[in-house]
Amino acid sequence: MTQYLLSVHGPSSVWDTPLEEAQPMYEATGKFNDELKTTDAWVFVGGLERPETATTVDGTGNDVIVTDGPYMETKEYLGGFWVIEAADLDAALKIAAEASKACGGKVEVRPFAGE
Amino acid sequence: MTQSSDLRAEIDRIYREEYGRVVASLARRFGDLDIAEDAAAEALLIAIERWPSDGIPPNPGGWLTTTAGNRAIDRIRRESLRDTKHKAAMMITDDTPHEPTGPVEDDRLRLVFTCCHPALAPEARVALTLRLLGGLTVEEIARAFLVPETTMAQRITRAKAKIKAAHIPYRVPERDDVTDRLGAVLAVIYLVFNEGYLAGSGADPVRTELTAEAIRLGRILRQFLPDEGEVAGLLALMLLSESRRTARFAGGELVTLDEQDRSGWDRTLIDEGHTLVRECLARVAATSARPGPYQILAAINAVHTDTNDARDTDWSQVVALYDQLYAVTPTPIVALNRAVAVAELDGPDVALAIVDSLDLSGYHAWHATRADLLRRLGRSAEARGEYDAAIAATENPAETAYLARRRAHLVDPGA
Repeated sequence: MTQYLLSVHGPSSVWDTPLEEAQPMYEATGKFNDELKTTDAWVFVGGLERPETATTVDGTGNDVIVTDGPYMETKEYLGGFWVIEAADLDAALKIAAEASKACGGKVEVRPFAGE
Repeated sequence: MTQSSDLRAEIDRIYREEYGRVVASLARRFGDLDIAEDAAAEALLIAIERWPSDGIPPNPGGWLTTTAGNRAIDRIRRESLRDTKHKAAMMITDDTPHEPTGPVEDDRLRLVFTCCHPALAPEARVALTLRLLGGLTVEEIARAFLVPETTMAQRITRAKAKIKAAHIPYRVPERDDVTDRLGAVLAVIYLVFNEGYLAGSGADPVRTELTAEAIRLGRILRQFLPDEGEVAGLLALMLLSESRRTARFAGGELVTLDEQDRSGWDRTLIDEGHTLVRECLARVAATSARPGPYQILAAINAVHTDTNDARDTDWSQVVALYDQLYAVTPTPIVALNRAVAVAELDGPDVALAIVDSLDLSGYHAWHATRADLLRRLGRSAEARGEYDAAIAATENPAETAYLARRRAHLVDPGA
C-alpha cells in the first residue's frame, strides 16, 4: 500500500464564495468524506483557512525569522487535501476522480516518498 | 567468419523478438523495470557467449527468461545482503516458470497498459512502449523521433522513475477504470504507425521499422483482446495502409491514391484487412454497438482497396463513412478528408467551400488539398500559391517532390 497526497488548489477568491453558493460543494465533500472514512483508503482530510492567515518561519539561519503570509505569493493556493492509502496509482486516481467531482476542483495526486 | 556474424545477427533477431516477453515477465515477477531490463541485457551477453558453442536452444525465449530471471535473483540477493532489503528477497520465492503461451502473454498485455498509462506524458508513452515491448534501443528510438539520444534517455528514465514512485501498476485495467485506458494504448500504436508511414521530417519518407513495429504490437493486442472492435479496427487500418506502402512512392516522389499502380499493392495484407473489417461490421450488426473511429477508418480503407481502378471507387460509400466518422470525432482534419471525398462525388467547387471554412492554415494537407481543388477548377494562379504554402509546411521529401511536380504542371494562365 502506498500513501498519496490528494491536494486541491484554487484562487484566493474561493475563500470569498458566499456560504449559500458554496453549500452544495460542502455537502458533496462531506458526503464523500463520510464514505471514504468507512474504507481502508482513509487516512486524513483537512480544509485550510485562507492564505492570508499563513505565517512563514525561517529557522535556517542564526535568528528565527517570522514573516506574515504564505511561503510564496501565487495566483493559486493549496485549499485543502486528503491523505489516502491505495494499492496503486489506478486505485488512487479512482478516489481522486470522486474527490474532484465532490469538491468541484482539480485534484493533484502525488505519492509520499517510500520507506 | 561469415558463419559467426550470421549467428550473431540471428541472436540479435531472437533477442529483439523475445525482448518484450522477457522484460514483461520479469517486471511482473520482480515488480521493477530496471531489474527486468538489466537482467535481460545480462541474459543477452550470456547467450552471445554460449550459443555459438552450445547451439541456439529449442525455446530461446524460455531460455532468455530463465537466464535473466536467475541473474535478477542473484542481483537481488547481492543487494539484500548489502542493504538488508529482505523484502525484495522475499519475491524470489515466486518461481513462475516461463511458458510460451498463457500467463506470459498476459505479461506483455499488462506491460503495454503500464507503458501507455495516462499518468505518463504522451511522448514518454510512445518511447516506453517501443523500448520495453518493441525492444528498440534508446538510440533507435531517438533517431526515429529525431531527438538527441540524451533527451530520449532522460525521457525514458523519468517515466520509469514515475512508474516506480507513483506505483503505476503492471496490470490490465478494470473495465470501470476512470480513464479510457484501451484508447490510450491504441493511440500510442497508431502514432508509432503514422510516424513511420509518412515521416514528419528527416531524409527517409517512410520508416519501415516503425510501421512494422506498430503492426506487430497491433497483432499482439488483437491476440489478447479478440472481441474488442477497435483493436481489430486499428489492426485492419494499419494493414490496409501498409498494403499500399510500396506503391505510394515512385522515384522518391509521393504517389496519391488515384495515381498508384494497384498491381503493386500487397494482396495478402489487403485480404487480411478486409477479413477484419467484415468481422467488425458483423459485430456492429449483431450488437448494434456504435463503431469507433479506427473501425470506420478501416472501413474507408477497405472501400479504397476494393477496386482495381481508382475510377471504380464507391465515393458515396466513402462520404457516408466520413459522415459517420465526423459524428464520432468532429475534428477539422476529419472534415478536410471528408471534403476530398466530396470533391469526387459532388465536384471540386462544393469541396472547396468546405475546405475554406476550416481553420487549418498551419497544416500542409489543407494547403495541398486547396491547391488540388483550385487546379481542378482551373484557378492556376491561386493553385500555385497554395502549392507554395503546402511545400513550405511539409518536411517530408517525397511529399515536397510530389507537390513541386504538380505545381510545375499547372497551366500558365498568362500563356
